[in-house]
Amino acid sequence: MRSFTYERATDTQAAVTAVARSGAKFISGGTNLLDLMKLDIEDPSHLVDISRLPLRDIEELPDGGLRIGAQTRNSDVAADSRVRTRYPVLSEALVSGASGQLRNKASTGGNLLQRTRCPYFYDTAAGCNKRNPGSGCAAIGGFNRIHAILGAGDSCIATHPSDMAVAMAALDAEIELLGADGSVRRVAITDFYRLPGDTPQIETVLAPAEMITAVALPSPPPGRQIYRKVRDRASYEFALVSVAAIVSADQGTIREARVAFGGVAHKPWRSIEAEGALTGRPATMATYRDAAEAAMRDAVGQGDNDFKIELARRTLCRTLAQAARAS
Amino acid sequence: MIGQAMQRVDGPLKVAGRAAYAYEHWEAGQPLYGCIVGATIGKGRIIGIETEDAERAPGVRMVMTHLNAPEQGIRDESIPFEYWRAQPVLTGPDIHYYGEPVALVVAETFEQARAAAELIEVEYAGGRGRFAFAEHEGEAYVPKTVNAGLPTDTSVGDFDAGFDGAAVKIDQLYTTPYEFSMPIEPNACLVAPRDEDLIVYVSSQIVDAAQASIANTLRIDPARVHVFSPFVGGGFGSKLGIHSETILAALAARELDHPVKVAMTRQQIFQLIGMRSTSSQRVRLGAERDGRLAAIAHDVTMHTNPDVEYAEQTAATSRSLYAAPHRLTSHRLTPLDLPRGTDVRAPGEEPGLLAVESAMDELADALGMDPVELRIRNEPALDPERGVPYSDRHLVECLREGARRFGWEHRPATPSSRREGRWLIGYGMAVAIRVHLQGPAAARVRLEADGTAVVQTDMTDIGTGTYTILTQVAADGLGLPADRVRIELGRSDNPTSWGSGGSWGAANSSTAVHRACATLREKLLAEAHDDARSALRGLDPADAVFSDGDVRIGGASEPLSELVARNHPGGVAAEGETRFMGDEPNYTNYSIHTYGAHFAEVGVDADTAEIRLRRMLGVFSVGRLLNPKTARSQLIGGMIWGVGAALEEEAVVDPRSGAFVNRDLAQYLVPVNADIPDVEAVVLDGYDDKANVLGAKGIGELGICGSGAAVANAVFNATGVRVRDFPITLEKLLPGLPPMDA
Amino acid sequence: MSASDTDAMRRSQGEPAPLSAITLNVNDQVRRLEVDPRTSLLDALREQLRMSGTKKGCDHGQCGACTVLINGRRVNSCLTLAVMHEDDEIVTIEGLGDPDHLGPVQRAFLERDGFQCGYCTPGQICSAVGMLAEVAAGWPSHATAEVAAPRITLTDDEIRERMSGNICRCAAYPNIVAAIRDSAERGPG
Repeated sequence: MRSFTYERATDTQAAVTAVARSGAKFISGGTNLLDLMKLDIEDPSHLVDISRLPLRDIEELPDGGLRIGAQTRNSDVAADSRVRTRYPVLSEALVSGASGQLRNKASTGGNLLQRTRCPYFYDTAAGCNKRNPGSGCAAIGGFNRIHAILGAGDSCIATHPSDMAVAMAALDAEIELLGADGSVRRVAITDFYRLPGDTPQIETVLAPAEMITAVALPSPPPGRQIYRKVRDRASYEFALVSVAAIVSADQGTIREARVAFGGVAHKPWRSIEAEGALTGRPATMATYRDAAEAAMRDAVGQGDNDFKIELARRTLCRTLAQAARAS
Repeated sequence: MIGQAMQRVDGPLKVAGRAAYAYEHWEAGQPLYGCIVGATIGKGRIIGIETEDAERAPGVRMVMTHLNAPEQGIRDESIPFEYWRAQPVLTGPDIHYYGEPVALVVAETFEQARAAAELIEVEYAGGRGRFAFAEHEGEAYVPKTVNAGLPTDTSVGDFDAGFDGAAVKIDQLYTTPYEFSMPIEPNACLVAPRDEDLIVYVSSQIVDAAQASIANTLRIDPARVHVFSPFVGGGFGSKLGIHSETILAALAARELDHPVKVAMTRQQIFQLIGMRSTSSQRVRLGAERDGRLAAIAHDVTMHTNPDVEYAEQTAATSRSLYAAPHRLTSHRLTPLDLPRGTDVRAPGEEPGLLAVESAMDELADALGMDPVELRIRNEPALDPERGVPYSDRHLVECLREGARRFGWEHRPATPSSRREGRWLIGYGMAVAIRVHLQGPAAARVRLEADGTAVVQTDMTDIGTGTYTILTQVAADGLGLPADRVRIELGRSDNPTSWGSGGSWGAANSSTAVHRACATLREKLLAEAHDDARSALRGLDPADAVFSDGDVRIGGASEPLSELVARNHPGGVAAEGETRFMGDEPNYTNYSIHTYGAHFAEVGVDADTAEIRLRRMLGVFSVGRLLNPKTARSQLIGGMIWGVGAALEEEAVVDPRSGAFVNRDLAQYLVPVNADIPDVEAVVLDGYDDKANVLGAKGIGELGICGSGAAVANAVFNATGVRVRDFPITLEKLLPGLPPMDA
Repeated sequence: MSASDTDAMRRSQGEPAPLSAITLNVNDQVRRLEVDPRTSLLDALREQLRMSGTKKGCDHGQCGACTVLINGRRVNSCLTLAVMHEDDEIVTIEGLGDPDHLGPVQRAFLERDGFQCGYCTPGQICSAVGMLAEVAAGWPSHATAEVAAPRITLTDDEIRERMSGNICRCAAYPNIVAAIRDSAERGPG
């Protein structure tokens, strides 16, 4: 870890001003940034500590939604009674991630911005276009059991590791951003993340010095919400595949459905294709299979992760069946 | 006291965070911090190494590379015990495996050392490495012997004829992955020079080995190396010998004449310690229709590092297990440019029983026979290879008692036939067998004039309970309450033991302490017999009872402290010891093992193939238990290791670089709490009078032996899918799952 | 020169960032120390305050051995910087009891043999203390059937899930669960 200077930001505007200098980065929970700094993968020269900024509230929005301050800890979001009752998929996603200790430290904004867990990204001696643009992708042709099956390309097959963001994608969350010039904008979470393309090092549409200040959840959609995470270990492991599903069914017909996958792509993967195959169709396994086929139509395996395609299909089918039954 | 479920005497220190491990000693003052820089190629040589930036970096006191490292002793293969041998580092420009140390940076703070380590630039000329086991498996050679000095190959009867003539045959290939011990305390060492001597705090299972190896590497008198290893944060084989962090700390401390400490990072532990080799195991079983085995063959191929041969005794597992007139075992090694193979908990039995006990399950399935009954039917009367009697084998009792307690009769009779909601349910079982070893170990027991006792040995407690059981043995041996016995472990200046490893530690050191106590008793009684001042004068020492701090003969009694104080105001000591098993006729005349039977129930998610253990039981025969509380903990811990071996643990080599890809604890999966539901261990009453005077045998590894196979067999019973490529992960089951229904 | 130019020059010369004088409140004691900004809370505790009860197992938040309580909440002290904890109330294993006066969770671990080598144990115990407070506060976990339910029943499955951020390679898990169950049944103190 190279040396850096440290300052604690006292207000949000001061924070974005402070981080505008070259080599500066925000730190909040630190659970991913320090992990990477110890391995010389992240290398900031100046850290702006935003963990104590007054962005820790969860507020009611006029439209019936919630606004979650970016500095709210993952455990506080998961335990919030409004989140638990109105957005259980988010609470379920959060408590399926990491460990109790990490959730107590990790912030909402930091969770959104966590980097991939690709082992070649973590190995500074390996080629990685995300860490070192132009150096190649060692995961292609390497050990790629945990890698992407959707939206990947020749430059990068990494996945986004967040559970929380997958639930938020299904909930149509919007990310609230504060610019260095004081401007505020909101970006839909599905637009916030980028696919790797030729620039896998650029993971979001965040502008330089821009700060996530909040995540806005619109009023909850109708239907039953379920987050299902599949992994080798029963706990404390990133998803091989996860599904956030929200299904509203009425007299055996699906009225509305939301589907997002985790562990399959460079970003939380909202599947409009699956949703299209569900809406207005009977709530039967045949329909879920069609939705799974639609969701995985463009899926490509890399060898070790080929199984993820069928695993994602099966996980989606079961999760949809459970959500539809309970809705 | 022996046999009582005494709480750990070192427990209060551990639960209060006051037990000091190797990196945590401050007696020598503020140390400097060393960080290891590892090679980023797997084979080749260093053609340039740029250290100036690091040397100029703040706080840096030294950068050591092969260009300036002191000359060291070489690995002398003629030294019989490998962990005594020198472990030289930074010996030249050649790189033998990925991650091999190429530099040590020493600085005033850890942060400075770590940062400076990043400034070292190494230029390599890459060579063509041999990294992929599968690619080179066919180039295997025959090692002279395998681990523990066992024969490489054995043959009894005529295997080919026996197998050919068998009515039912199993001939399958099983593969197991590279696995790591991964104790939670990293390998770490603090070395403080004191005049000509070195004070070494190191996380070590065998203090004597650490002392000898350091002395041989640094080419100094072992008497000048004072090793302290009072607490060891887990070993599981990875701390039997010392490693590069110890040698580098010692070299730097001598050069700088200042205390230096070095700990490996978790990632480095995956490159610098060695691992259980991957194995390819062909198992052939030929049986009659009634289940009796006619022929068993177990042929194993593993990797070895070209410079340090290590052959895990994986096929030896099947040598004493089942009766069969025709038998073969063999071991082959394929040299690869990877870290050395090494002892990982239950070397031999862990991978060996995964294969053999899976094959036995396949045989039971092929015969349509209950797997428990199949084992019972093949129980041998004599050790089938050595032709000698077993000292104390109660495997059938373990099987019957285990089946009864587990409710084995409720096992789904056909695979993939029981479903509870989303879960496919299966039962599996397997047997455990583990050789019991004895080695030379000594302990000194001192009685002080105040009637307290001190036990001194270089034996270690790596979580095994040594402090506690030696307290019990000494308290019994001298008739003292436990709180008047103090145990002093892990110091090289104490009498030499064989340390903790191979499950031999408890029996060795307990026997040595028991004998030391007996010698002390005899001496004190002899003195009292002739002592006019003693209340015991003239009474028959054979009738003496040592109890509650008193010595009684008939109606006469005298406090032990007075016996000591009168003749030995400065205290009195005696040593006891055990001998190498080769010098003990019992170990030649008997087959001495521990045994067990594992029973597991698993659930497999019918949609996703996630595998979750539901419950597990082990019933064991281990001779006499010294402490049921600590013993149960070790057995349960071992069983859980088996769960990890069956379902999770796998270190993956990238065949392009020779690096372990998943080299941290987020990616190399070991069981977490949520993976482990009810696990119970039951130990049969016993006493193995052939093993030693206490009748006790080792238990540190028995729990892992066969437990993975019980889980694997349960997975088969749940799904009908037989996975022979361990670990059993969900992608291997997915294709065989039932189709999804509503 | 701009601040970023100064950063670049300082770093190219390998110059350290200046030490920061901070005050940490550890186990109800005010401790003043000068830290390198890079120093993790874990290393500040272990190497500067010489309180080595808090353990370094992986240094990357993957084992839980470094767990301490900050303002009553369990966290991995390896993944946070000491400079970030000015004025926070930090409790380590040493603050939960000493060998002659063990705290209730420490005592339960001893009685149930909830450890072997002892290295992950301080982290397990700190984690258990934090976890029991989370349960008392009604926080859901992955083992909670309905996250919306306002109260948590502390089943063994709940304990296992909530303790899964603490790896015990000796695999004392069943005994750890028993110790925590005892602690919960006995209540605080």
